[in-house]
Amino acid sequence: MFYSISLYISIAIFICGLIYKIATWLSRKIGVDSKDIPTSKRLSSALKGIIVTIFSAKILTLIKIFVLDVLLQRKVLNEDTFRWLTHILIYGAFMLLLLMHALDTFITSAVFSNYSATLNPFLFLRDLFGALVIIGICMAIYRRFILKPPRLHTNSMDTFAIVLIAIIMISGIILEGTKIGSYSLYKDMVTDYAGIEEGEEEFKALTAFWVHKFGTISPDIKAPFEAALLEEGKELHEMSCSGCHSQPQWAFIGYPFARTLKGAALGLDKAGVHTLLFYIHFLACFIGLAYLPFSKFLHIITSPLSLLANSIMDKKESDPANIATRQALELDACTHCGACTARCSVGVIVEERGNVNILPSEKIQSIKGAVAKGKTDESERRRILEGTYICTNCHRCTDVCPSGINLEDLWFNVREDMLKADYPEFSVLSPLSFYRGLMREGIPADDYNRPLIQAKEAIASTCELMKAPDKAVTLTPASKELQDSLLLSDQADTFSACFGCQTCTNACPVVAAYENPKEVLGMLPHQIMYAAGLGIKDLAFGSKMLWDCLTCYQCQEQCPQGVHVTDVLYELKNLAIKNTASNVESSGG
Amino acid sequence: MKYALFLGCTIPARLTQYESSSRAILGNLGVELIDIKEFACCGYPLRNIDFKASILASARNIALAEKENLPMLILCKCGFGTLKHADHILKEDPSLRNEINATLKKEGLEYNKGVEIRHLLSVLYHDVGSEAIKEKVTRPFKDLRIATHYGCHALRPSEITQFDDPVNPTLFDNLVTLTGAESIYWEKRIDCCGAPLTGVNDDLSMDLTEKKLANAKQSGADFLCDACSYCHIQFDTVQGMITHTTSNNNLLPAILYPQLLGLSMGIDGRTLGLAENTIDITSIERRLSE
Repeated sequence: MFYSISLYISIAIFICGLIYKIATWLSRKIGVDSKDIPTSKRLSSALKGIIVTIFSAKILTLIKIFVLDVLLQRKVLNEDTFRWLTHILIYGAFMLLLLMHALDTFITSAVFSNYSATLNPFLFLRDLFGALVIIGICMAIYRRFILKPPRLHTNSMDTFAIVLIAIIMISGIILEGTKIGSYSLYKDMVTDYAGIEEGEEEFKALTAFWVHKFGTISPDIKAPFEAALLEEGKELHEMSCSGCHSQPQWAFIGYPFARTLKGAALGLDKAGVHTLLFYIHFLACFIGLAYLPFSKFLHIITSPLSLLANSIMDKKESDPANIATRQALELDACTHCGACTARCSVGVIVEERGNVNILPSEKIQSIKGAVAKGKTDESERRRILEGTYICTNCHRCTDVCPSGINLEDLWFNVREDMLKADYPEFSVLSPLSFYRGLMREGIPADDYNRPLIQAKEAIASTCELMKAPDKAVTLTPASKELQDSLLLSDQADTFSACFGCQTCTNACPVVAAYENPKEVLGMLPHQIMYAAGLGIKDLAFGSKMLWDCLTCYQCQEQCPQGVHVTDVLYELKNLAIKNTASNVESSGG
Repeated sequence: MKYALFLGCTIPARLTQYESSSRAILGNLGVELIDIKEFACCGYPLRNIDFKASILASARNIALAEKENLPMLILCKCGFGTLKHADHILKEDPSLRNEINATLKKEGLEYNKGVEIRHLLSVLYHDVGSEAIKEKVTRPFKDLRIATHYGCHALRPSEITQFDDPVNPTLFDNLVTLTGAESIYWEKRIDCCGAPLTGVNDDLSMDLTEKKLANAKQSGADFLCDACSYCHIQFDTVQGMITHTTSNNNLLPAILYPQLLGLSMGIDGRTLGLAENTIDITSIERRLSE
C-alpha cells in the first residue's frame, strides 16, 4: 500500500516536474536571440520542426547521433577513456537494472514466463549489474574527490547524484544480504509455498537443507546435519522451492555480505531490518524519480535531446524560435561533467582573475541560475559578463560537450545581451574582441559600439586632467606613485629615459592614420611617455591612444633611448583598467 | 626534426586551412609534429587587460612543451611573439617565475628552463633549409608576383623575437622565392595588418588594412602572402567585409605561405584548403608550371 502510494506520488511529481520544465524551455528567454518571440510561437515552431524533421532525410542523422553519441557516448570516449568507462558503467548497468529488476513485473516477467528474481540468470545478473554500477560510482568518486583534475568543480548537485545512486545500490545489496539470511522470510515462504509449518518434522529437514546450502540462519537448526536429513530436505526443496530459487551464492555480492552478517542475522531479522532496508531502497528510487526533473538526472532526457537537436540545427538556417527553445533546453542538458572546462583555452586564467565564470562549466551554471531567477544582482551579472568575455571563442567547449550543447552560441548570445548593461566591461578593449569584430555584421551598430565607447569613457572619466585640457599641471615634485606601480617586469620604467624626441610618435602607424591625431587620440606616444615620467597618472591613463595602440612595436623598436614604449603602453592599459574597475566597483555603479 | 605543434585558439576554430596546409608541407619536408592536446590560449589577447594572466597562459604552454622536452613550432605570429615575450620575462624575472610556477604546480607543470620557441617560417628557413625545400618544389610558379607581409609580432621587438632584421628583413622573401614566385619590394611590408584593433576600433583597423593592400597592389603584387592567423583573417575575411561594405573592389587576395609552398610542391589545392579562404585564390593554380 505505502509502496504503491509513494510510487504514484513520485510518478505524479515527476510528470508535473517534466511538464514544468518543458514549459520553461518554451518560455525562458536567454540573451538577445530569444527576445520578442512569444511562447506560443516557440511551441508551434517546435512542433513543426519536430514533425518536419521526422519525415525528412534528417532522421538518418538523428539515428546515427542517437547510436553514436547518446548510446555509445562517442564524445566522452574521444576526450577521456576513464570518464567514458565511469559513465558507461553507471548509466549502462543502471539502465539494465531498471529494465530487468525495477520494472520486472512489466518487462522481465512479460518476456520470460519463468521469471523469478531469485532465479538464475536474473539472480546473478542483478548482482553483476549492481557491481558494475558500484565500480562506476567508485570511479566517479575517485575522479571528483581524489584525483581532482585542475579546475574541476564539484557542486551539491554532483554530490547528490553520486550519493543517491550509492544509496540505491548499497541499500539494495544489504537488503539482498539480509533477505538471504532471514529466518522469518524463510518461514513465511515455507508456509506459503510448501505448506509446512514450524515444528513439523518436514520443516526441520527443509530448514537443515536451506541452512546448509542457502545461507538461511535458523535460531535452533544448526550444522552439522545428518546426511539422511539433508537428503530429505533436498527432496522437499526440489518439490516446493527450486522452481523459484537458484543457489544464493550466485548473488556474488549479496551472499558474501549475508555470510559476514551471520552472527547478527537473527537479531537483524527480529528487528525487521530487511523491511527498513526495503523502504530505504525503494524510497531512494522514488525520491530520485520525483526529483529527477529538478536534478542533474534530468540530463537523461535533455542531453539526448540537445545532442539530437544540435546535430541538425544551425544558427544561420534554423528557425530563431527553435534556437531560443534549444538554448533554454541546453541549460538543463548540462551535466556539470567538466569536459568543457578541462579543454577551455583560457581555463587557467581563473587562477589569476579568480572569476569562476571564466570556466565554461561554471559559467553555464551561473547563466542557468540567472535565467531561472529572472533578476540577479549586478555584481553577479558583471562576473558572468567578464566570464563570457574572457573567452577566445576557440570552440573547444562546444566540440567536446558530451551533451552536444552549443556553448559558443550560448556565450555569444548571453554576452551580447549583457553588454547592453550600464556598467563597463573592460575586456572589450583587447584582442578578445577580435571574434566579435568578425561577427559585427550580425549585431546592430549601436549595440556593437556602445560597450566599446562605455569602457573607454569609464576610464577617461577617472582622469580629471583629461577633462580640463587648460588646467595648469604642477610639475614638482614629480609623483613617484605611478612609477612605483609600473612593476610588471617589462622594464616599463625605462620611460624615465625619454627625452621627448618624438621618434615613437613619428613611427606610430596609428598617429599617421589621422590628419589631426592629437584631436582623435588625446595624447601621442611620446607625450604619454613623458607624462608617465612625470608621474601624471591622469594624462597617462586618460588618452585614447592607449586603446588604439596596435601593439606593433614600431615605437619601441625605433626608440633611440631604449624606452620600452609598447610595453609601457601595455602596462598603462593594465593599470588604467585596474584603477577604473576598482573605482566602478567601490561606487557601486 | 621534431616539434610540438602549437595551433592556438584561432586556427582550429576559424582557419583550419592554415593547419592542414602546414601539416602537408612539413610532412613533405620530413618534419615530425607532435600534438599536445593540453595546449591552450597563448596569452596574446589577455595582455591588454592582465599582464600576469597573459604570462601565466604562455608559461603553461611552454611548460607543457618542456615536459615533453620538445621545441615549439608556432604558426601564428601573435602567438609566437607572445610566447617569446613571456619566455624572456620568465627567464629575467625569478620572482614572477616562482609565482607562476606555484600556480602551474597545481596541474603538475613547471617552467624551468623553457624550450625553443620557433615560428613556422624560421623552422622552414633555418632548420629545414633552402636546399631541402628547393628539392621538393616540383611545380614552381611562373610570372607570379608576391607581396610578403612580415607580421609585427614576429619582427618586433627584435631583441626578443630574434626573427629577422627588423628594418630590412629578407627571410620571408627568400622563402617565397623558393616557390618560383617573385617577391616584390613594397613600402608597407613591415607594417601592421590592423588585426589587433578588429573589434576595438574597426574603422582604424580596416583603414590600415586597406592602405596596406593598396600599397602592395600598386607595387605590382598579384597576391599577398602571410604566415599568421590574425594577419590572414584580416587580409582575407576582413578584406571580404571591407569590399562587402564599401565600394572598394580593389581586391588583393591573400594566401598563406604553406598554401603557396604546398602548391609549388605539387600538393593538391584541397589538402591545402584553398577553398576555405574567404576570397577566392584558386586562380593562383594557373600560375604553376606544368
